[in-house]
Formats: sequence, C-alpha cells, structure tokens
Amino acid sequence: MLRIGVDVGGTNTDAALLRGTEVLATVKSSTTADVTSGVSAAIRTVLAEAGVSAGAVNGVMIGTTHFLNAIVEGRHLEKVGILRLCGAATRSLPPMIDWPDTLRPIVDGGAALVGGGVNYDGSEIAPLDDVAIRAACRDWRARGISAVAICSVFALVDPKMENDAAEIVAEEMPGAAISLSHRVGRTGLLPRENATILNASLHTLGRDTVGAFRAAFAALGLTCPLYLTQNDGTLMAAEFAERYPVFTIASGPTNSMRGAAFLTGLSDAAVIDIGGTTTDIGMLVAGFPRTRSEGAEIGGVPTNFRVPDVYSFGLGGGSIVRPGSSSTIGPDSVGFRLPEKALCFGGDTLTATDIAVSAGLVDLGERDRLSRITPEFAQQMLAQMKASIETVLDRMKPSADPIPAILVGGGSVLVEGLLEGTSVSLKPDHFGSANAIGAAIAQVSGEVDSVVSLEGTTRERALESIVAEARARAVEAGADAETTTLAEIEETPLAYLPGNAVRVAAKVIGELRA
Amino acid sequence: MKYWTLSEADIDRIAIGCGILGTGGGGSTYHGLLRAKALLREGKRIRMVRPADMAPDAQILGIGGIGAPTVGIEKIPEGSEGVRLLNALERHLGRKVDAVLGDEVGGGNGIAPMLTAAMVDLPVVDADGMGRAFPEVQMTTFFIHGQAVQPAALADADGNVLVVTDATTPKMLEKLLRASTIAMGCTALMTTAPMSGDFVRRFGVPHTTSQAWSLGDAVMNARAGKEDPVEAILKQSGGVRLMRGKVTDISRRVMAGFTRGKLTVAGLDADAGRTLTVDIQNEYLIAREGEEIITMVPDLICIVDSETGRAIGTEELRYGLRIDVLSMPAPVLLRSEIALASVGPRAFGYDFDFVPMGVSADAPAVPHYKEDA
Repeated sequence: MLRIGVDVGGTNTDAALLRGTEVLATVKSSTTADVTSGVSAAIRTVLAEAGVSAGAVNGVMIGTTHFLNAIVEGRHLEKVGILRLCGAATRSLPPMIDWPDTLRPIVDGGAALVGGGVNYDGSEIAPLDDVAIRAACRDWRARGISAVAICSVFALVDPKMENDAAEIVAEEMPGAAISLSHRVGRTGLLPRENATILNASLHTLGRDTVGAFRAAFAALGLTCPLYLTQNDGTLMAAEFAERYPVFTIASGPTNSMRGAAFLTGLSDAAVIDIGGTTTDIGMLVAGFPRTRSEGAEIGGVPTNFRVPDVYSFGLGGGSIVRPGSSSTIGPDSVGFRLPEKALCFGGDTLTATDIAVSAGLVDLGERDRLSRITPEFAQQMLAQMKASIETVLDRMKPSADPIPAILVGGGSVLVEGLLEGTSVSLKPDHFGSANAIGAAIAQVSGEVDSVVSLEGTTRERALESIVAEARARAVEAGADAETTTLAEIEETPLAYLPGNAVRVAAKVIGELRA
Repeated sequence: MKYWTLSEADIDRIAIGCGILGTGGGGSTYHGLLRAKALLREGKRIRMVRPADMAPDAQILGIGGIGAPTVGIEKIPEGSEGVRLLNALERHLGRKVDAVLGDEVGGGNGIAPMLTAAMVDLPVVDADGMGRAFPEVQMTTFFIHGQAVQPAALADADGNVLVVTDATTPKMLEKLLRASTIAMGCTALMTTAPMSGDFVRRFGVPHTTSQAWSLGDAVMNARAGKEDPVEAILKQSGGVRLMRGKVTDISRRVMAGFTRGKLTVAGLDADAGRTLTVDIQNEYLIAREGEEIITMVPDLICIVDSETGRAIGTEELRYGLRIDVLSMPAPVLLRSEIALASVGPRAFGYDFDFVPMGVSADAPAVPHYKEDA
C-alpha cells in the first residue's frame, strides 16, 4: 500500500511517501498562503524523488493547521445560528457566554433557546418546540445565515431531539450546513456547544479547502481517497472532514509524536519536536500522545476536546541568540525568514542554527561567515539549549526514572548526545519529516462519551451499546470493520446520588479501509 | 453597616479559593463564576457582610446546589431557582428573609448563594457551615448545633418547588431532599431552615468567603509573578504539603450512591521514593503513608495541579496527573467533640478517633469591608 502523508505547518509543508512501513522519500517545502499549491508542490516532489506515478498511490493523508489558524485569526469564519434544545433549563448561561469578546461578534448569528432536551435518564425536559424552531430559522434565513449549530441537553444520552430538530431546520433552510452537538463533543453542555458552533462556523472553509485539495490532486493525477488527520492522530475521510473540520485543530503535535513512535518502534517515550520557532515536548504512552486533563481552548474558546499534553517553549533553529554577560537564546525567532536572516546565509542575525553550523553539527550556508563565533561560545550556547530542554523534559516525565527520548523536527540538529534524565536519546532517520510520516501511518477511530442510566438494563449491555456506537462511528470515518478494536473505555460513576448512572467514554480504533 | 461589594476580579479569586476548599468535591466553580460575572455586567450587585455585623434577630437562609456535578455540567440551572426558593419559604414563614449564605463554601456551592442574592439584592454572609465540602446536607456546623430541620425547600430548573414542612431528623431531611433531587433530574437548588443572625455568628464558620478570596489572590499573584502557586497556597493557608507527586492509581466504585475510591500518589522531586494513598468518599477524606494516617477528616486534604495551583476534583483524577497533596487544619468549630460525632472519621465508617494535623485558626475577614455609601 502506497501512502503519502502531508503535514502543513505555519512555516513548512512536509511530505512523506511510504510503501507499507518503508519510507521511500521525504521532502520539506514552504507553506503557501493558499495551502493547496504548497501541498501540491510537496507531493509532486516526493513522487518524483521516489520515482512513483501518482496513479499508484492508495491514499493521501493531510494534517493541517489551516482551520485552527482560521479560528485563532478570526478569518474565513461564517456567522452561525445557534439552536439550544433545553426547555427552561440552562438559561442562566446562554450560548457563547465564555467566548472572547473579539471572536463572539464574528461568529454569533443569534441564538434561540427552545423547548426540548432530555434529562440524564433520557426522560424529556420539554417537548421539541417545532413552532419556535421554524420561527428562528426564518429569522436566520432572512439575515442570510446558512450555518446552524444544534445542541440539546444530554444529547449524548439521547440524540433523537437533535436529529428531529435538524430535519425541521433542513425544511426551513434548504442547503443550510447543520452541525449536531452529539457528533462533535463530549458530556458538558457549554464546551460541547462551543465546539459545535466552531464547527458550523468553519463549514464553508472546510468545504472550500477540501474541494481545493480534490481539484489539485486531480490535476496531479492522484485518483486515491483523501483523508485528514484529527486531534487524536487518527484519520477521517475527506467527505467526513468537510462536515467536521473542527476535529483537525490539534493534529500537528499528534502527527509528530505518532511519527516518532513509528520511526523508532518505541511506544513509551518522550518526544522532543524542535522546529524553527518552538520546541514541543510531549509523552508517548502505549504509542499515543498523553492527553491533557483539561479540555482544549481553541482561539480562547473552551471546548472539551482531548488534545496532546504538550509543553511548548521558544527554542528552535531560528531562535535569536544574544551574547552578553548572561547570553540568551530565543524565545523570539526569525521564523520562516531563516534563509535570509541567519549569519551563515549572509544575513545580519545570530541564530541558533548559526551556532550549530559553527560547531559543525550541521552543514548549512557558509561556515566562513561565522568566524566571530568562538568555539567556547558555541559550546556554551549548545549546553544552554540542551539544559533548557532537559528542564522541561523533567517536568513532563511520568517519574524520575530515565526514559527514552526521540528527537524529531528540523531543529533537532541543535542537540547532540544523551539528554539528562533519558536512557537513550534517538534521532531516527527522516527525523525532519516525522510529522508527515505520522500522518501517512494514521489509523481511523470512533469515539462516544455519554451518561447512561442502568435502570432497566445491565451494566454489560449498556457498555456494549456504547462500544457498538463507537465502532459504528469508526467505520463511518473510514475504518475497516474487521480490524476495529476497543482502544479506551472509561467509566465514571456519578457522585452524590444513589441512582445507577455512569458516564462512559469509549474509543474504537481500526486500520484504514483499503 | 459595612459591606464588601464584589467585583469581577473578586469573583475570579473566590472561585479559585472555593475550588481549593472543595477538598475534591462540591462540584466545579466554573458555571457559578460565569453566572456571577454576567449578573455584575447586568448591573446587579453582590454584597458580602460579616457575621458579626448581622442583627441578632436577622433571618438568614442557607442556599446551595444538590445533585450530581456530572449532571450539573449538562443540565445547567435556569437562573431563578433561588428566587423561587426564597418566595416559597417566605410565603411559608410569613416574613421576609434578610440575608443568605452558603452551607458549603467548597466548590460551586461557595458561589451559589451569591447568584440568588444578586437577583433579589440581599446581602451574603461571609460564613458557611463547613469551611470545606462534605457530602451530606446535615453535615454542617448549623445542624450540629441544633438548626431547625424544617422548613426546607428544593427548586429545579423546570419550575418545580418542594417545601418540606416537617422532617423527623436532619438525616431524614437529607434523604427526602436527595430522593426528590433525583426526581428533578439529579440537579436542584436547596435551602434549609432560616437561622438567626445570632445563631450564624455563634455557629457559622466565619469569613470563609474571605478565606477563599485570599487563597485565590495568592494563587493569581504567584502565577502573575511566575512564582510557585502551591507555595503561595501553603503560605496563605497555614497548611503543609504532604507530597508532590503523580497519580499512579485511582480506583472508584459506587456504594449507596456515593463514590468511594482510593488514590495512590508516587512522590516526585524531593518526595521521590515515597508513596501516599488518599481515601475518597466524594471528597478526599484520609491521607496515609504506609500504615500511618497523616491527615484525617474533618481536616482538609486539598489536591492541586503542581504547576498552576488549580484544584483537582475527585472526578478529574487520572493516571499521570502531576499534583500536590496539601493538608490544612479544619476550622475550630469542626474539631469540637460534638462536631466530630457528625464529621469525624467515625461518621464516615472508620474505626478510629480524630487526631488533628496542625493548629486550627479561624480566617480573618478581608480588609475590603467598607461603610455603605
């Protein structure tokens, strides 16, 4: 099976071509403003380098920060009509109450809080208010709004109200993009509603971006399916990604860490990803990134997405070095202007890359231009960079015991030798393209997080139905049903009540369907 | 009369402090914080008053949420539950209420009374009945010292209000309220019988909102100054750090409606090689190192994120979390013999007597109280 993985970062677009588990070629090129032309260029180069024809490729997997950037910058977002199904409940905290004041007016298309919603045991809070929903839709349509987010209280206990409401909205607003909360988020009304609104707001951008990828790939002669990588490092089919663009927001660090695991064969290790501007340190546990205990804030909006627990700090190949009585490295960087700014390339700024070149760790630009860097100063700076990584590594480690460390990313050339607190410090082949390789090898998953009442059923049967739902979602996202396995199941009893209700979160993972 | 009128910045501080004083329970403060700020932006005011400044015959109602926090993050309050409670009880009593307070400062219930108070413009007394969080309604210094069992009331988001006009014991009241809460969808707002100003002054744990504010202020200042927020909490509270470590095991099971469990923490840094276990019954109850019991209920066991100082609730515990386990002395009123019968180790089914950790001292009021203009 031939797969191409592509990772689109803020500065570089990386691509990797794999046959099964063998890396045939990798390439790094500049990210372009339109994203697609940079991706096309990277794919064309990687195919040429390996001598493979586009028609032979079985799948292209893309990890992109495009949608995250849109939210952070507040650009290319559309206004969303928000339908909360809640009856009288929840009105003390209206939709978007915890959004930043800068982003709210860009996305807020007006909220309608209407009859509907269920309790934790599935009983109805109030009947679905058909009349109120139609009135809200007419108002939105009159104002040119075509994206709607629907969020019901306890939608994960029973999604029927959201589905019924979606049918009414589709009747009143033909062609509207409708995002349903039970498909987007976990238990917790506000963060799930927030994620649903963000998803709806990204709808047009999602459709346009995926459409542009499709057109560009057709031009390259690629006939295979297209996938996007999501927050947990697994894939979603392009048609799915068009509807759920919000699932891509944290795929960058995840792809790097999955790629590092693949390149070294290690499943438990620290991954140190050194780029041009920042170093990201995360932990691999059983082959997947350790996630943060709190939900992710996206552009200042609280959501309950589980994202990798990554510590980011300002150290990279472009970090600016300032000599002095106590010399500093970063946290500011020349970033993507490294090829014109760094001394070794004839620029005027002393960077971390110049230090590495001067010490002979990497051969870049012209070493002659660095004659004023003394060997002592270079060694002192290298030691300082290493120490700053070691300090963060120590905070991230699960215990004081030494663990393996994997260095990836283009900036890994800054570090030589064994890092303190590690049993081994590996810099695998293709370390510069671990992110693209991580995208290429990704699997497919389905997740459910719900509260289930055990009244009238057994615990086993309740768990079974949750796992079955997660499996169905994995298959919908593109997994081969035969290969699906239960990756995670978490049961939390509800405190302070004698009732028999538990919160269950399940995740099923499978191989990509051929 | 001197009042402390809260700002949004005060709410931030109080929410952090209530989280810490929640000893792992009491539910999240996040919704209360959002709602309190929204009310202030609408022009409502939240005024605190010291217990000693209340008229001896003032009528004070304790208000707080009851139910499962996991349900509360989905079925959020409608907003006027507290107003409906007040109206129902005032109608029953035939007189107006003069102030409200929280029975439980720990967790979201430390903010709950402020929301109702803002809507009807009543002051909130800077005192509570626990100085922390406890799982059951009758575990307050008020009930321990003879607060009347009736009337009590319960209101839900949908508009149902229940007034309990008679209950035989505080424990029976707890049973009635909890059963009704389930019928209401597992989340409701409740109030217990009105108390006099004199009663609250004598038997309330004083200045616990002030204490929460001071803890939150210490954490925020430490974060802003890039200092260790956990050290700041210890300095402010007079507590001690039992261990800095990471969660290596968490087991939970439900017995009679309450989550019981055991947390195992492996020491890091200076504590490397040590292991601490914490018994959980909704809150953190008993901390042990080996066989030796170090801190026991009602003294406070607080668990915070090592980096941010953010309180970690029992339902958030996950393998690998890096935490600090702190011990703080219980308020003076909780350590009396009569109180220990209700909230000491034996009240939670343990076969040993309370041994205090550290010296109790009641928190002072913050210096923000000013004569009403």
